[in-house]
Amino acid sequence: MRGRIDEEGKSVGKFLAAIGVLVLALAGCAGQSSTSSGGTASGDTIKVGILHSLSGTMAISEVTVKNAELLAIEEINAAGGVLGKKIQPIVEDGASDWPTFAEKATKLIAQDHVATVFGGWTSASRKAMLPVFEKRKALLWYPVQYEGLESSPYIFYTGATTNQQIVPGLDYLKEQGKKKLFLVGSDYVFPRTANKIIKAYAAANGMEILGEEYTPLGHTEYSTLVNKIVEAKPDAVFNTLNGDSNVAFFKQLKSTGITAAQMPVMSVSVAEEEVTGIGVDNIAGQLVAWNYYQTTETPENQKFVAAFKAKYGAAKVTSDPMEAGYNAVYLWAEAVKKAGTAEVEAVKKAAGGIALARPEGLVTIDGENQHMYKTARIGVIQPDGQIKEVWNSGKPIKPDPYLKTYSWAGGLV
Amino acid sequence: MRGALAGRAIFVGVAVLALVVMPLLLEPFRLGLLAKYLCYAIVALGIGLAWGQGGMLTLGQGVFFGLGGYAMGMYLKLNDAGGDLPDFMVWSGVDRLPALWEPFRNPIFAIAAVLVVPAAVAVALGILVFRQRVRGAYFAILTQALAAAMVILLVGQQGLTGGTNGLTNFFDFFGHDVAAEETQRGLYIVVAVVLGVLYLAAWQLVRSRFGRLLLAVRDGEDRVRFLGYNPATVKTITFAISAAMAGIAGALFVPVVGIISPALLGVVPSLELVVAVAVGGRYTLAGAVLGAVVMGYAKTYFSEELPAAWLYLQGALFILVISLAPKGIVGLLRRRGHEFA
Repeated sequence: MRGRIDEEGKSVGKFLAAIGVLVLALAGCAGQSSTSSGGTASGDTIKVGILHSLSGTMAISEVTVKNAELLAIEEINAAGGVLGKKIQPIVEDGASDWPTFAEKATKLIAQDHVATVFGGWTSASRKAMLPVFEKRKALLWYPVQYEGLESSPYIFYTGATTNQQIVPGLDYLKEQGKKKLFLVGSDYVFPRTANKIIKAYAAANGMEILGEEYTPLGHTEYSTLVNKIVEAKPDAVFNTLNGDSNVAFFKQLKSTGITAAQMPVMSVSVAEEEVTGIGVDNIAGQLVAWNYYQTTETPENQKFVAAFKAKYGAAKVTSDPMEAGYNAVYLWAEAVKKAGTAEVEAVKKAAGGIALARPEGLVTIDGENQHMYKTARIGVIQPDGQIKEVWNSGKPIKPDPYLKTYSWAGGLV
Repeated sequence: MRGALAGRAIFVGVAVLALVVMPLLLEPFRLGLLAKYLCYAIVALGIGLAWGQGGMLTLGQGVFFGLGGYAMGMYLKLNDAGGDLPDFMVWSGVDRLPALWEPFRNPIFAIAAVLVVPAAVAVALGILVFRQRVRGAYFAILTQALAAAMVILLVGQQGLTGGTNGLTNFFDFFGHDVAAEETQRGLYIVVAVVLGVLYLAAWQLVRSRFGRLLLAVRDGEDRVRFLGYNPATVKTITFAISAAMAGIAGALFVPVVGIISPALLGVVPSLELVVAVAVGGRYTLAGAVLGAVVMGYAKTYFSEELPAAWLYLQGALFILVISLAPKGIVGLLRRRGHEFA
């Protein structure tokens, strides 16, 4: 009997010891953080957060944006930093999981006391982070084109809103005499909202929508959908599919023998990076709408492309979201310089009106809605995987996330 | 008797640790994370009951977690919106509140739904499945399919559910600012107390006559049937209890973390919780709870230290624990206890 009591005693002890270790580990974290909570601009460095998916389905896209942002930080530091301080990036993994984005954003703000965060890709990740930044009055720079209808006072949007990408895309199709459209998209908020806008545009411009189809993210079986499109005989397809679904879609579309000349597909989520994945053979000749291409001819872009290839390898391509992430760092640094401090409210106030020559051309921050003035560019995918610009808006378009200046969009918001 | 006494000592020790020491020791952000792990621990407790005690390997607890979470999220969304539509409906093109949402204006209805809906779904599933004597891998696959189907359903009905975004951006939680430190501290205490109460309830259940029967069903279902009991009833009741626990956890998770989305209740998160229970030790309820907290903490720790490679470490931890200690951490502690005795 005695042995049994000892056993229990020992196991209880071991159990408590294990819990003790856990407590120490947690306390270690707490201690660690209190030593690092030196404020946003103490000492010789300014800390900033980089929050993208480094694992999961979005990693393939988001890692490239992370790399572009790190390149910008490196360049700014090499040129002396901001306010005489070096920028110190703290990288966190959003893990393609929206609640994780919110958790890591909180960590960066509450524990690392970063001056700002650059991050996000999917709309869902932005929507999950938005309350964190608004409630803690911290700053997020979001680098990807999105569905608009949002203007958080604590987010700067360096990608296009709808009137700088989707609307120009539609203008271009209209100009080309395309009157009957078929809409294809992944099933989440961006494609659904984009298509709502497209339908309103079509109704006001005498265009006809022959079909609107959604497939789950990651879907790869498109023969039925492609057959539907072939039967409907549209003049053009407007494609808001995301990620690897594009591979299957374009492959199966190509197998029908219909060429880009007969029925072009306008894509808004396919850039240089994705073209490689889809396979140039399957997509050459198709249309895309963005604000930047690797081929965009500006001196700033030559420098950007050269620097990116030097750091990450000659085979790497640059794309619109990467450029928007790269810009975000420069625009923030410029606002900090203008404000004379990295403090959030001062930076926000200083940011409005800042204009910088970037790889895509002149970018100006709209102080009111915190989006950018951006030049819209329509491109055609070339057999070498690069994108050739065939049309641009001539000058940067004023961002209008709620499409207030478009009479046909009245019923949308 | 001595064992029971030691068990009580541990329980009281852990309770003091959770309710007194942790809130003093941890800064608000870390306490919030601990609250999240404890929410998962509530789900794990249910898995421990269904799988560890009842032999039902459920790979779809995310479904019940989600039902509870969405019920709470819908109430909070409507409460924040006042008389208007919730924000996501506006941008999804919904102009009238769907009938499904209407009753969730009432907090009592919402809280009742947190418990009743998951349990009802589990009972319906249990009646269909256990009476047909579906068990083992077939039951596991079925529950997993249910989790996958639930995600597709939620994503597809964007106007009704918020789609992939889920429900987020909450402001008010029963009169408290959900982002305020005091609210989060209070929520942590609520989560810890709920976990404690459910743990004691589950423990009583396991020790009861019903608990003996449940073990018997796990180890020899046919024999139990020959003795005149109906194993389907025993399993259905247990499954419903574990589902209700997951529902409660989901409802608490929403104000603690501030979001409920399909990503939280699909196949992967459901599996992660089963893995956590296996790591902690599935044959004891304490093991299930411990596993959820350890794996939750490990995920945070690894991902902060090594953002680019943390998944490998998380996987390695799982493999290590399972190969060294098939009965999980609790099993390991017990075995060590024996060796040194």
